[in-house]
Amino acid sequence: MDYGHSERPAGAAPLPTAIKILVAGGFGVGKTTMVGAVSETRPLRTEEVLTETGVGIDDLSGVEGKATTTVAMDFGRITISDDLVLYLFGTPGQDRFWFVWDELALGAIGAVVLADTRRLADCFPSIDYFEGRGTPFVVAVNCFEGAKQFRLDEVQAALNLDPGVPVLLCDARRRESSKEVLITLMEHAMKAREARRRAATD
Amino acid sequence: MTANGEPEEIQWVDDHAGPVVRPYAVTRGRARPVTGTFDLISLVSATRGEATPEAGLGPEHLAIVALCQRIQSVAEVAAHLDLPVGTIRVLLGDLVARELVQVREPRATAGVPDDSVFEAVINGLRAL
Repeated sequence: MDYGHSERPAGAAPLPTAIKILVAGGFGVGKTTMVGAVSETRPLRTEEVLTETGVGIDDLSGVEGKATTTVAMDFGRITISDDLVLYLFGTPGQDRFWFVWDELALGAIGAVVLADTRRLADCFPSIDYFEGRGTPFVVAVNCFEGAKQFRLDEVQAALNLDPGVPVLLCDARRRESSKEVLITLMEHAMKAREARRRAATD
Repeated sequence: MTANGEPEEIQWVDDHAGPVVRPYAVTRGRARPVTGTFDLISLVSATRGEATPEAGLGPEHLAIVALCQRIQSVAEVAAHLDLPVGTIRVLLGDLVARELVQVREPRATAGVPDDSVFEAVINGLRAL
Protein backbone atom coordinates (compact mmCIF):
# COMPACT_ATOMS: atom_id res chain seq x y z
CA MET A 1 0.00 0.00 0.00
CA ASP A 2 1.77 3.08 -1.17
CA TYR A 3 -0.43 5.61 0.59
CA GLY A 4 1.58 5.10 3.77
CA HIS A 5 4.72 6.34 2.10
CA SER A 6 3.48 9.30 0.08
CA GLU A 7 6.16 11.77 -0.84
CA ARG A 8 6.19 14.97 1.11
CA PRO A 9 7.08 18.26 -0.49
CA ALA A 10 10.82 18.86 -0.48
CA GLY A 11 12.05 20.12 2.88
CA ALA A 12 8.96 19.08 4.83
CA ALA A 13 9.45 17.14 8.06
CA PRO A 14 8.32 13.50 8.06
CA LEU A 15 4.97 12.75 9.68
CA PRO A 16 5.18 11.65 13.30
CA THR A 17 4.04 8.17 14.36
CA ALA A 18 1.08 7.66 16.63
CA ILE A 19 0.57 5.16 19.43
CA LYS A 20 -2.45 4.55 21.60
CA ILE A 21 -3.41 3.54 25.10
CA LEU A 22 -6.93 2.42 26.00
CA VAL A 23 -8.83 3.48 29.10
CA ALA A 24 -11.46 0.84 29.92
CA GLY A 25 -13.85 0.05 32.74
CA GLY A 26 -17.53 0.10 33.59
CA PHE A 27 -20.04 2.82 32.79
CA GLY A 28 -19.51 6.00 34.82
CA VAL A 29 -16.19 4.91 36.30
CA GLY A 30 -14.33 8.00 35.07
CA LYS A 31 -12.79 6.98 31.72
CA THR A 32 -13.46 10.27 29.96
CA THR A 33 -12.48 12.15 33.13
CA MET A 34 -9.07 10.48 33.08
CA VAL A 35 -8.63 11.10 29.35
CA GLY A 36 -9.46 14.78 29.91
CA ALA A 37 -7.14 15.08 32.91
CA VAL A 38 -4.01 14.29 30.90
CA SER A 39 -5.00 15.32 27.37
CA GLU A 40 -3.62 18.54 25.88
CA THR A 41 -7.10 19.45 24.64
CA ARG A 42 -10.56 18.76 26.00
CA PRO A 43 -11.60 15.18 25.12
CA LEU A 44 -12.96 14.80 21.59
CA ARG A 45 -15.73 12.42 20.62
CA THR A 46 -15.77 10.21 17.56
CA GLU A 47 -18.62 8.01 16.45
CA GLU A 48 -19.10 4.83 14.50
CA VAL A 49 -22.54 4.24 13.03
CA LEU A 50 -23.47 0.59 13.00
CA THR A 51 -26.38 -1.19 11.46
CA GLU A 52 -28.03 -3.98 13.37
CA THR A 53 -26.12 -6.57 11.38
CA GLY A 54 -22.94 -4.87 12.47
CA VAL A 55 -20.08 -5.10 10.03
CA GLY A 56 -19.91 -6.01 6.39
CA ILE A 57 -22.57 -3.69 5.01
CA ASP A 58 -21.54 -2.56 1.58
CA ASP A 59 -24.51 -0.73 0.21
CA LEU A 60 -27.58 1.09 1.35
CA SER A 61 -30.23 -1.28 0.04
CA GLY A 62 -32.73 -1.81 2.81
CA VAL A 63 -31.01 0.55 5.22
CA GLU A 64 -34.30 2.30 5.91
CA GLY A 65 -35.53 -0.82 7.70
CA LYS A 66 -32.44 -1.48 9.81
CA ALA A 67 -31.96 -0.39 13.37
CA THR A 68 -28.80 1.60 13.79
CA THR A 69 -26.60 2.23 16.78
CA THR A 70 -24.07 4.92 17.29
CA VAL A 71 -21.05 3.92 19.33
CA ALA A 72 -19.23 6.91 20.76
CA MET A 73 -15.61 6.95 21.84
CA ASP A 74 -14.00 9.78 23.75
CA PHE A 75 -10.33 10.35 23.17
CA GLY A 76 -7.52 12.74 23.90
CA ARG A 77 -4.07 13.52 22.59
CA ILE A 78 -0.65 14.06 24.16
CA THR A 79 2.10 15.25 21.84
CA ILE A 80 5.23 13.54 23.19
CA SER A 81 7.68 14.97 20.65
CA ASP A 82 7.90 16.12 17.04
CA ASP A 83 7.81 12.51 15.91
CA LEU A 84 5.63 10.80 18.50
CA VAL A 85 1.98 11.40 19.41
CA LEU A 86 0.09 9.45 22.08
CA TYR A 87 -3.67 9.01 21.85
CA LEU A 88 -5.83 7.88 24.77
CA PHE A 89 -9.13 6.22 23.90
CA GLY A 90 -11.95 5.61 26.34
CA THR A 91 -13.60 2.32 25.35
CA PRO A 92 -17.37 2.15 24.85
CA GLY A 93 -18.91 0.90 28.09
CA GLN A 94 -21.34 -1.71 26.80
CA ASP A 95 -20.30 -5.31 26.28
CA ARG A 96 -22.24 -5.60 23.04
CA PHE A 97 -19.74 -3.34 21.35
CA TRP A 98 -16.86 -5.78 21.66
CA PHE A 99 -16.12 -5.61 17.95
CA VAL A 100 -15.39 -1.91 18.32
CA TRP A 101 -12.95 -2.89 21.06
CA ASP A 102 -11.16 -5.17 18.63
CA GLU A 103 -10.49 -2.25 16.33
CA LEU A 104 -9.41 -0.08 19.26
CA ALA A 105 -7.20 -2.75 20.82
CA LEU A 106 -5.39 -3.50 17.56
CA GLY A 107 -1.94 -2.04 17.98
CA ALA A 108 -2.64 -0.55 21.43
CA ILE A 109 0.52 -0.62 23.53
CA GLY A 110 -1.43 -1.05 26.75
CA ALA A 111 -4.61 -0.41 28.68
CA VAL A 112 -5.75 1.15 31.93
CA VAL A 113 -8.68 -0.65 33.56
CA LEU A 114 -10.47 1.80 35.84
CA ALA A 115 -12.26 0.22 38.78
CA ASP A 116 -14.78 1.50 41.30
CA THR A 117 -14.75 -0.55 44.53
CA ARG A 118 -18.51 0.00 44.94
CA ARG A 119 -19.08 -1.84 41.64
CA LEU A 120 -15.97 -3.92 41.25
CA ALA A 121 -17.64 -6.48 38.97
CA ASP A 122 -18.11 -3.80 36.29
CA CYS A 123 -14.45 -4.04 35.36
CA PHE A 124 -14.37 -7.87 35.03
CA PRO A 125 -15.18 -7.88 31.30
CA SER A 126 -12.36 -5.41 30.58
CA ILE A 127 -9.85 -7.48 32.54
CA ASP A 128 -10.96 -10.70 30.81
CA TYR A 129 -10.67 -9.00 27.45
CA PHE A 130 -7.11 -7.70 27.91
CA GLU A 131 -5.94 -10.93 29.57
CA GLY A 132 -7.34 -12.88 26.61
CA ARG A 133 -5.63 -10.66 24.07
CA GLY A 134 -2.35 -10.46 25.94
CA THR A 135 -2.55 -6.66 26.05
CA PRO A 136 -0.50 -5.31 29.00
CA PHE A 137 -2.77 -3.55 31.50
CA VAL A 138 -2.85 -2.00 34.95
CA VAL A 139 -5.86 -1.69 37.26
CA ALA A 140 -6.41 1.81 38.64
CA VAL A 141 -8.92 2.10 41.47
CA ASN A 142 -10.63 5.46 41.09
CA CYS A 143 -11.16 6.83 44.59
CA PHE A 144 -14.71 8.09 44.71
CA GLU A 145 -15.80 10.03 47.75
CA GLY A 146 -17.92 7.91 50.05
CA ALA A 147 -16.50 4.63 48.76
CA LYS A 148 -15.06 2.32 51.36
CA GLN A 149 -11.29 2.23 51.07
CA PHE A 150 -9.89 -1.21 50.39
CA ARG A 151 -6.29 -2.29 50.55
CA LEU A 152 -4.74 -2.83 47.15
CA ASP A 153 -3.97 -6.48 47.90
CA GLU A 154 -7.67 -6.99 48.71
CA VAL A 155 -8.62 -5.56 45.33
CA GLN A 156 -5.97 -7.69 43.63
CA ALA A 157 -7.34 -10.82 45.32
CA ALA A 158 -10.96 -9.91 44.56
CA LEU A 159 -10.12 -9.47 40.89
CA ASN A 160 -8.11 -12.69 40.83
CA LEU A 161 -5.32 -10.87 39.01
CA ASP A 162 -1.99 -12.26 38.01
CA PRO A 163 0.44 -11.07 40.73
CA GLY A 164 2.45 -9.22 38.09
CA VAL A 165 -0.42 -6.88 37.17
CA PRO A 166 0.04 -3.51 38.90
CA VAL A 167 -2.92 -2.26 40.96
CA LEU A 168 -2.89 1.32 42.14
CA LEU A 169 -5.17 3.97 43.61
CA CYS A 170 -5.89 7.08 41.59
CA ASP A 171 -8.02 10.18 41.32
CA ALA A 172 -9.01 10.32 37.65
CA ARG A 173 -9.84 14.04 37.95
CA ARG A 174 -6.25 14.91 38.77
CA ARG A 175 -3.57 15.26 36.13
CA GLU A 176 -0.68 14.16 38.35
CA SER A 177 -2.54 11.07 39.51
CA SER A 178 -3.61 10.07 35.98
CA LYS A 179 -0.06 10.67 34.70
CA GLU A 180 1.24 8.30 37.38
CA VAL A 181 -1.20 5.62 36.21
CA LEU A 182 -0.02 5.97 32.60
CA ILE A 183 3.66 5.90 33.59
CA THR A 184 3.05 2.74 35.67
CA LEU A 185 1.34 1.19 32.64
CA MET A 186 4.23 2.05 30.30
CA GLU A 187 6.78 0.62 32.75
CA HIS A 188 4.67 -2.54 33.10
CA ALA A 189 4.28 -2.88 29.30
CA MET A 190 8.04 -2.54 28.89
CA LYS A 191 8.67 -5.25 31.50
CA ALA A 192 6.07 -7.54 29.93
CA ARG A 193 7.78 -7.09 26.58
CA GLU A 194 11.18 -7.86 28.04
CA ALA A 195 9.82 -11.01 29.73
CA ARG A 196 8.29 -12.19 26.45
CA ARG A 197 11.55 -11.59 24.64
CA ARG A 198 13.48 -13.57 27.24
CA ALA A 199 10.99 -16.44 27.09
CA ALA A 200 11.31 -16.50 23.31
CA THR A 201 15.11 -16.80 23.38
CA ASP A 202 15.30 -19.45 26.15
CA MET B 1 -39.04 -6.09 12.02
CA THR B 2 -39.53 -4.77 15.49
CA ALA B 3 -38.66 -6.64 18.64
CA ASN B 4 -41.96 -6.05 20.39
CA GLY B 5 -44.15 -7.33 17.61
CA GLU B 6 -45.61 -4.02 16.47
CA PRO B 7 -46.45 -3.85 12.80
CA GLU B 8 -43.50 -2.58 10.87
CA GLU B 9 -44.08 0.82 9.35
CA ILE B 10 -42.49 1.70 6.08
CA GLN B 11 -40.88 5.05 6.74
CA TRP B 12 -38.34 6.72 4.59
CA VAL B 13 -37.23 9.02 7.38
CA ASP B 14 -37.26 7.80 10.96
CA ASP B 15 -35.45 8.61 14.17
CA HIS B 16 -32.26 7.20 12.77
CA ALA B 17 -32.31 9.18 9.56
CA GLY B 18 -30.10 11.88 11.02
CA PRO B 19 -27.06 9.81 11.90
CA VAL B 20 -27.35 7.43 8.97
CA VAL B 21 -28.60 9.18 5.89
CA ARG B 22 -26.39 12.23 6.01
CA PRO B 23 -23.06 10.37 6.27
CA TYR B 24 -24.02 8.20 3.30
CA ALA B 25 -25.13 11.26 1.34
CA VAL B 26 -21.74 12.84 1.97
CA THR B 27 -20.02 9.77 0.50
CA ARG B 28 -22.68 9.40 -2.21
CA GLY B 29 -23.68 6.02 -0.90
CA ARG B 30 -20.22 4.52 -0.64
CA ALA B 31 -19.32 2.61 2.52
CA ARG B 32 -15.70 1.73 1.62
CA PRO B 33 -12.79 3.98 0.70
CA VAL B 34 -11.29 3.59 -2.79
CA THR B 35 -7.89 3.11 -1.20
CA GLY B 36 -6.42 2.60 2.27
CA THR B 37 -7.67 1.20 5.56
CA PHE B 38 -7.24 4.24 7.86
CA ASP B 39 -6.70 3.23 11.46
CA LEU B 40 -8.25 5.62 14.00
CA ILE B 41 -4.77 6.91 14.79
CA SER B 42 -3.38 7.04 11.26
CA LEU B 43 -2.01 10.55 10.89
CA VAL B 44 -3.19 12.74 8.03
CA SER B 45 -1.43 15.75 6.58
CA ALA B 46 -2.46 17.94 3.63
CA THR B 47 0.02 18.00 0.76
CA ARG B 48 -0.93 21.50 -0.36
CA GLY B 49 -2.22 24.73 1.14
CA GLU B 50 -5.77 24.31 -0.05
CA ALA B 51 -7.81 22.14 -2.36
CA THR B 52 -9.68 23.91 -5.11
CA PRO B 53 -13.23 22.78 -5.76
CA GLU B 54 -13.31 20.23 -8.57
CA ALA B 55 -15.61 17.51 -9.81
CA GLY B 56 -15.93 14.74 -7.27
CA LEU B 57 -14.88 16.84 -4.30
CA GLY B 58 -17.53 18.01 -1.86
CA PRO B 59 -17.30 20.64 0.85
CA GLU B 60 -16.34 17.95 3.35
CA HIS B 61 -13.30 16.99 1.25
CA LEU B 62 -12.19 20.61 1.18
CA ALA B 63 -12.80 20.92 4.92
CA ILE B 64 -10.51 17.94 5.57
CA VAL B 65 -7.70 19.46 3.50
CA ALA B 66 -8.11 22.74 5.40
CA LEU B 67 -8.13 20.93 8.76
CA CYS B 68 -5.10 18.79 7.91
CA GLN B 69 -2.80 21.75 7.38
CA ARG B 70 -1.97 20.69 10.92
CA ILE B 71 -1.34 16.96 11.31
CA GLN B 72 -4.46 15.20 12.61
CA SER B 73 -5.41 11.61 13.33
CA VAL B 74 -8.35 10.03 11.51
CA ALA B 75 -10.26 10.11 14.82
CA GLU B 76 -9.60 13.85 15.20
CA VAL B 77 -10.73 14.57 11.64
CA ALA B 78 -13.98 12.68 12.36
CA ALA B 79 -14.52 14.53 15.63
CA HIS B 80 -13.88 17.99 14.14
CA LEU B 81 -16.12 17.40 11.11
CA ASP B 82 -18.75 15.74 13.32
CA LEU B 83 -19.10 12.79 10.96
CA PRO B 84 -18.80 9.04 11.71
CA VAL B 85 -15.36 7.49 11.26
CA GLY B 86 -16.61 5.25 8.43
CA THR B 87 -17.63 8.31 6.43
CA ILE B 88 -14.31 10.03 7.03
CA ARG B 89 -12.45 6.93 5.81
CA VAL B 90 -14.28 7.09 2.47
CA LEU B 91 -13.52 10.81 2.06
CA LEU B 92 -9.86 10.26 2.98
CA GLY B 93 -9.61 7.51 0.37
CA ASP B 94 -10.73 10.01 -2.26
CA LEU B 95 -8.18 12.56 -1.08
CA VAL B 96 -5.32 10.02 -1.02
CA ALA B 97 -6.23 8.93 -4.56
CA ARG B 98 -5.93 12.59 -5.66
CA GLU B 99 -2.73 13.05 -3.64
CA LEU B 100 -4.28 15.89 -1.67
CA VAL B 101 -3.36 14.32 1.66
CA GLN B 102 -0.72 11.90 2.82
CA VAL B 103 -1.32 9.34 5.54
CA ARG B 104 1.03 7.66 7.95
CA GLU B 105 -0.18 4.39 9.39
CA PRO B 106 0.62 3.87 13.08
CA ARG B 107 3.85 2.05 13.79
CA ALA B 108 2.19 -0.17 16.39
CA THR B 109 0.10 -2.06 13.83
CA ALA B 110 3.24 -2.98 11.90
CA GLY B 111 4.90 -4.51 14.97
CA VAL B 112 5.63 -3.89 18.61
CA PRO B 113 7.29 -0.51 19.11
CA ASP B 114 10.90 -0.60 20.27
CA ASP B 115 12.23 0.40 23.70
CA SER B 116 13.01 3.93 22.58
CA VAL B 117 9.29 4.56 22.05
CA PHE B 118 8.43 3.37 25.57
CA GLU B 119 11.19 5.48 27.06
CA ALA B 120 10.14 8.53 25.08
CA VAL B 121 6.52 8.16 26.24
CA ILE B 122 7.55 7.73 29.90
CA ASN B 123 9.81 10.79 29.74
CA GLY B 124 7.16 12.75 27.86
CA LEU B 125 4.52 11.93 30.48
CA ARG B 126 6.84 12.87 33.35
CA ALA B 127 7.45 16.23 31.66
CA LEU B 128 3.73 17.06 31.31
